[in-house]
Amino acid sequence: MEQQRGVFSSRVGLAFLTPALFFVVVFLLFPFVWIFYLSFTNQTLTGASALSPSFVGLENYARLFDFDRWARAGEFGSALWITIQFVLGSALLGQAVVGLTIAWAFYRRKGLLREIVFTLAVLAWIIPDVVVAFAWSAFLDYEQGTLNAILGALGLGRPDWLFRYPLISIILFNTWRGSAFSILLFSSALETIPPSYVETADVVGASAWQKFRDILFPLLRGHILTDLILITLWTFNVFTPYLLTGGGPTFKTEVVSIYIYRTAFKFFEFGKGGAIAVVVMLINLTLAMGYLAMLRRQKASA
Amino acid sequence: MAQITLENVTKTFGAVTAVDRVSLTIAEGELVALLGPSGCGKTTTLRLIAGLEIPDSGRIFIGDREVTRLPPRERDVAMVFQDYALYPHMNLMDNIGYPLKVRGVPREELRQRVQEVARRLQIGDLLDRRPSQISGGQQQRASVARAVVHEAQAFLFDEPLSNLDAKLRLEARAFLKHLQHTEGVTAAYVTHDQAEAMALADRIVVMNHGKIMQIGTPLDVYRNPQNTFVAAFIGNPPMNLLPCHLDMAQGVLVVAANQAPLDLGLLRERIRVALKDGDSLTLGVRPENITLGAEPGPAAIPGKIYVTQPLGGETLVNVEVGDQLVSVRIFTEELPPLPEQVWLTLDLARTFLYGPDGERIV
Repeated sequence: MEQQRGVFSSRVGLAFLTPALFFVVVFLLFPFVWIFYLSFTNQTLTGASALSPSFVGLENYARLFDFDRWARAGEFGSALWITIQFVLGSALLGQAVVGLTIAWAFYRRKGLLREIVFTLAVLAWIIPDVVVAFAWSAFLDYEQGTLNAILGALGLGRPDWLFRYPLISIILFNTWRGSAFSILLFSSALETIPPSYVETADVVGASAWQKFRDILFPLLRGHILTDLILITLWTFNVFTPYLLTGGGPTFKTEVVSIYIYRTAFKFFEFGKGGAIAVVVMLINLTLAMGYLAMLRRQKASA
Repeated sequence: MAQITLENVTKTFGAVTAVDRVSLTIAEGELVALLGPSGCGKTTTLRLIAGLEIPDSGRIFIGDREVTRLPPRERDVAMVFQDYALYPHMNLMDNIGYPLKVRGVPREELRQRVQEVARRLQIGDLLDRRPSQISGGQQQRASVARAVVHEAQAFLFDEPLSNLDAKLRLEARAFLKHLQHTEGVTAAYVTHDQAEAMALADRIVVMNHGKIMQIGTPLDVYRNPQNTFVAAFIGNPPMNLLPCHLDMAQGVLVVAANQAPLDLGLLRERIRVALKDGDSLTLGVRPENITLGAEPGPAAIPGKIYVTQPLGGETLVNVEVGDQLVSVRIFTEELPPLPEQVWLTLDLARTFLYGPDGERIV
């Protein structure tokens, strides 16, 4: 077959690409290089080092990985550990499991209940951050919150959610917030499985668990990996919990994105903030590479 | 193996009645074909037996056990789907052995039973292949093997041959019939292909709009179609159906297409119901029960040759009768020369008359 050729010459093509490339360079590539550079300086917003920052080598990185203090509240190690719990809890156990469960529960079913559940899930996903955060503040509020009003009426006690269970609160919040993506992805993946596969299993007598383990899971494995790549990375970088807890109390919900924000834009330590951002980016890159390698292996074996 | 009984089974989907008061018994070891056009309810009937659908009313028995509301897994039937439903991520050993695995059969016994069945179905050396690595015909056998391996009470086939090309389909048909005889299985077999139903089945159930139109042996439904639907559905080419009306005064049937009078002759004695002048009837005659000639006769109607189609051992002639095409099948390799204007002589002993409601009178 003759190789397909574009409508335009490569020169014209390049001309069309230029505006987009320009913005990519200005808003993505340049800031990235700039942050990488900043992370090796003691640049701040105010004070002497704001005017004449000096090159400090790996000092910013050394401070992050100062193992005497990094696990203390408000330090990098602590933020990283909170983030890991947050990702495991709200992305893997939360969104992926909830998404798969709901998608499977409504597999090849139509009806009002499905419409309601899907619409609510998508609404939770597309409503702006600030609105959602406000709604959850109102929901979880100690004195006036809806949740405590319900629990109190049932005689189940009225815990101060954001104070006593801050991490669990933001994990639940983020699960609620982001499950729609996994529900939609898994639902459409399930639609691609011919009904006769499941019906054959029904007729031979497979239990619900056997059907899931032997048929649906193997056929969905690629989709599950794709889902995990995306929601892990999104959850790792998500900033919305800040609107709910501000990272507190006492840094208990300070995930790395909030830690970067506090360092760079509250303490104005751009150098150190840049160093954290670079480390976080490397972690994300490693995660993504790991998942992609698994996906490639999965494709090769399929 | 067990007998399958449906008693007055009805299933609706919204406003559509897919299966309408169907009663049917499939005897032990019998293969019954459910035949009809798409949307006639044959597949729904099969799925009702399998338990993939639950009827709105009526009862279903497998053996002497009522299964009407039982889930599929408690019915002990095996089903072969049109798309074979082989799992792409499993090799044939795991695919065929899956019903055994689900039942907790030990690994070693499972291997032996799968190997034994696969050998019998001539796919014994393909067991380590995935479905995508074997041909359509082999996939079809593998899906049959999966049904055979778990020794169910009954087999349910949902158009198992329609994804095969014509040549493979004939092979697979012979193979399935042989298998059914050697295994002596009770089977329900859904198809829209009347030739397949004729070739395979002990009895055929012809369905239309969710209702059973006729039940009988293949020869019975071929020789004695009870209504115009069955007459038009069975046979290739199907029976010629000529609208006509009765002219009592002349003692003839007038063919609507060209107003040709046809002497009732033999038919007169066979009419057992009261008919009156002008009743609109339908004359049914199979292509092989018409002869072509140059001379008129009392049981002959005139027509004009449209085309002749030599098919090897036989010749199909299409004759224009008024605005209608009539098929005539002549069992000769070479057709004698015929004038353009011919007379079609009907074999009145093998001609049917259907009433205004499409039900058979003669």
